Amino acid sequence: MIDVFELLTLLGLAAMTVLARCFFFILNRELPFPAWAQRGLQYAPIAALAAVVVPEVLVTHGQLVSTWLDARLLGAAAGVAYYTYRRGKGQSVLGTIIVGMAVYLPLHIGLGW
Amino acid sequence: MFLDPANFRHPAFRTGMADAFKVAPGIWAWGLMTGVSMVQAGLGPVMSTWMTLLVYGGSAQLAVTPLMAVGTPVWVVLATAFCVNLRFAVFSLHLRGYLMAWPRWQRLTIGYLIADLNYVQFVQNHPTPATDAAGQRAEMAYLCGNCFLTWAGWQIASILGIVLASQVPLEWGLGFAGVLALVGILCSLASSRMRTVSLVVSGAAAIAAYALPLRLNILVAIAAAVAMCLVIEKTAGMDKATT
Repeated sequence: MIDVFELLTLLGLAAMTVLARCFFFILNRELPFPAWAQRGLQYAPIAALAAVVVPEVLVTHGQLVSTWLDARLLGAAAGVAYYTYRRGKGQSVLGTIIVGMAVYLPLHIGLGW
Repeated sequence: MFLDPANFRHPAFRTGMADAFKVAPGIWAWGLMTGVSMVQAGLGPVMSTWMTLLVYGGSAQLAVTPLMAVGTPVWVVLATAFCVNLRFAVFSLHLRGYLMAWPRWQRLTIGYLIADLNYVQFVQNHPTPATDAAGQRAEMAYLCGNCFLTWAGWQIASILGIVLASQVPLEWGLGFAGVLALVGILCSLASSRMRTVSLVVSGAAAIAAYALPLRLNILVAIAAAVAMCLVIEKTAGMDKATT
């Protein structure tokens, strides 16, 4: 049932999780940190997340979506609109998920977009 | 960690759990669909369970399961996972200021558990690292509570997904809830105009470079966005002023 080779691959993947999530605090020594890198750091986290999320919404089968009639596009747009509306009033991320799914699911399941 | 009473008896542990609970339904739906898709990609229920317990990273799992199913070389699988996880390396640079006060094994244990939402909620709750022992304990207790609730919910939902794999069609697209959770996090990170520029440049670059192997488009996108923001700062003279 358990393939030893696959299990080793999974252990390697777990190591990738630890390596990535702890990357800059694995070592005890001081990191030399130039000023430009310090400034760049305030833009890096959002860039890193956007690089994963934006293609998830806008790319299908390796291509940029070419139509506005796309369930993921409209669902994400509805989520962002809700977030903007609720900004600073709490529960915004949960609302983003719920509103986004409320738009996405009917379009996706009902209309097959 | 969670087993240390100094953490789980601390009031910040509950605050951390309460914050994680606010976004938990998105995590549950995402975990459920990750479980379903691992089995449907042909990984088998036993290996899928091991994967969710060991790897604990939804986006990396979703990226590599199709590769593993067709017998891709291991180094390609690992490199792809690392590129998808690059955002965590960026987060870890920010978290370094908070965590270096702790012994290494503790840093690695809590670091392993810090997923996207945990990082964002933590730095929003603690905008600057504490300098005294009591403050650092409160930070660690918050992280432990926040990560524990996310971890437990994710694992239960994933295993439920693995069990129900034949009953929940992937075509329903419930996994989109996970993408929407990340969209919500993106919105909360876009707190200044320059950060929004970073988001747009990175997203565009990630799509433009989508054809690159090993998900290297993510690396390209981060480099492009940060470089662009630094150049804009320089030309606008913003690097002299405090933003």
